[in-house]
Amino acid sequence: MSGAKLEIVRAGALTTIQDLGRFGHAALGVPRSGALDQPAHRLANRLVGNPDSAATLETTVNGVSVSATRTVTVAVTGAPAPVRVDGRPVAWAGAVRLPSGAVLEVGGATAGLRSYVAVSGGVAVAPVLGSRSTDLLSGLGPRPLANGDTLPVGEAPQVLPAAADIALWEAPPKELVLPVLLGPRDDWFTADGLRTLAAGRFSVSPNSNRIALRTEGPSLERAVLSELPSEGMVLGAIQVPPDGKPVVFLADCPTTGGYPVAGVVPQAHLAAAAQAVPGTPVRFVPVRRRRAR
Amino acid sequence: MKVMPVGEDSLLVGLDTALEAQALHAELLRRLAAGTLPPVREIVPAAQTVLLYGVSGPEALAAELRRWTVPEPGPYSGPLVEIPVRYDGEDLREVAALWGVGPAEVARVHSGAEHRVAFCGFAPGFGYLTGMGERYHVPRRATPRTRVPAGSVALAGPYTGIYPRSSPGGWQLIGTTRARLWDMDREPAALLAPGTRVRFVPEETEDGCGGGARTAPASAPSVQGDA
Repeated sequence: MSGAKLEIVRAGALTTIQDLGRFGHAALGVPRSGALDQPAHRLANRLVGNPDSAATLETTVNGVSVSATRTVTVAVTGAPAPVRVDGRPVAWAGAVRLPSGAVLEVGGATAGLRSYVAVSGGVAVAPVLGSRSTDLLSGLGPRPLANGDTLPVGEAPQVLPAAADIALWEAPPKELVLPVLLGPRDDWFTADGLRTLAAGRFSVSPNSNRIALRTEGPSLERAVLSELPSEGMVLGAIQVPPDGKPVVFLADCPTTGGYPVAGVVPQAHLAAAAQAVPGTPVRFVPVRRRRAR
Repeated sequence: MKVMPVGEDSLLVGLDTALEAQALHAELLRRLAAGTLPPVREIVPAAQTVLLYGVSGPEALAAELRRWTVPEPGPYSGPLVEIPVRYDGEDLREVAALWGVGPAEVARVHSGAEHRVAFCGFAPGFGYLTGMGERYHVPRRATPRTRVPAGSVALAGPYTGIYPRSSPGGWQLIGTTRARLWDMDREPAALLAPGTRVRFVPEETEDGCGGGARTAPASAPSVQGDA
């Protein structure tokens, strides 16, 4: 039952195609990319019976509207938002039948930033280096969606999705608390600088995007002022540029960088970072490594 | 060798020199191919470090790494790519002045050296090429350009780089190439990978500087650059 198409009726502020990311090519300078809120992406896929690796739509702030050329199952997760099919309210974070030609409207996020729309069979655009993700830093993968775009939909899964009465989902918190494993370059900061990281009142900058969550607030004092030769970067790295304001690297971050990384936010906490709206207070909490040395 | 934990499951190995970093990277790839390295999601070499990203058992590997004896890097045996260059960059005269030579000499020296991709980064297809003697190292421009055209051949510090697509950049532009550094319709898409050896082949420029060799390099793509 392939050959179905998804039509983008209203693309919204920024809607991209995302999957689990483009890993394995960082040595060539290729960013990892992929869904910023991975648990939400995975849940959406599970609700429609897809494997986690199927591509979903990632919206930003004001949702998306789509219709399909054959009847499909859809699910909307991530940032809570009103969901309608041809104007009738339907479940958020639940499997929803979208009849052929009907319009699925995902409204503005009532909390958080990014909603995920899964469709049974997955969005089946051609993969680039093993991933269908849009990478806004390097321009790899499909460009952000525009009104009127049509996207191929994959073969519908043979197995029906597991029935779920409710999907438990934590609302994005009022304060973003990010645990930090210090290093590898915490010794490039003064003791005062590291205290600022742990005790400073930061907030999410409106300049945040898929590349990084930028912060507003105090600056971290450097102990080493020389230039850091470029080194490999990981997701969640807290890089500190010359202005001293910590930047948390998200999926589309560069693979190497020349500013010191004071610490790293464990991956499990990056979904919350991706849902934090500008202005949200941010607290970094250095945690002890299990057995650091 | 300094092994630094990064996050939950990664290690950054710091070396004293770029050469040691290249040797460790080669050794890691050798052990990966031989199946004697624990599963690692990505190995990312850089200037004086190698990042091991997504390691199962990072503590055990960190302990093991400290016991390794990494063989000296042998003679470079990576694939050789020839890249045609017109030495007509906007900063050619400035670089010549920094070197204390004339612009034609910049082309002669740069194309006379054998370069090697030490690592990639900044953008897909962007390689950091080493191979210029220390007296030819130049600083970045004080004010970066907001737009450097695709195919620009540029110098900064010990490196030569080629911009795969137009982007902001602060390196000193010495020339342009029609080679495609990144082409999704090609396999592999990247012309340069860590370890690739590179020779720059001068092409005629309108004012004649660069002159001479007009080799049609077999390994360089003949397609027009994008922008």
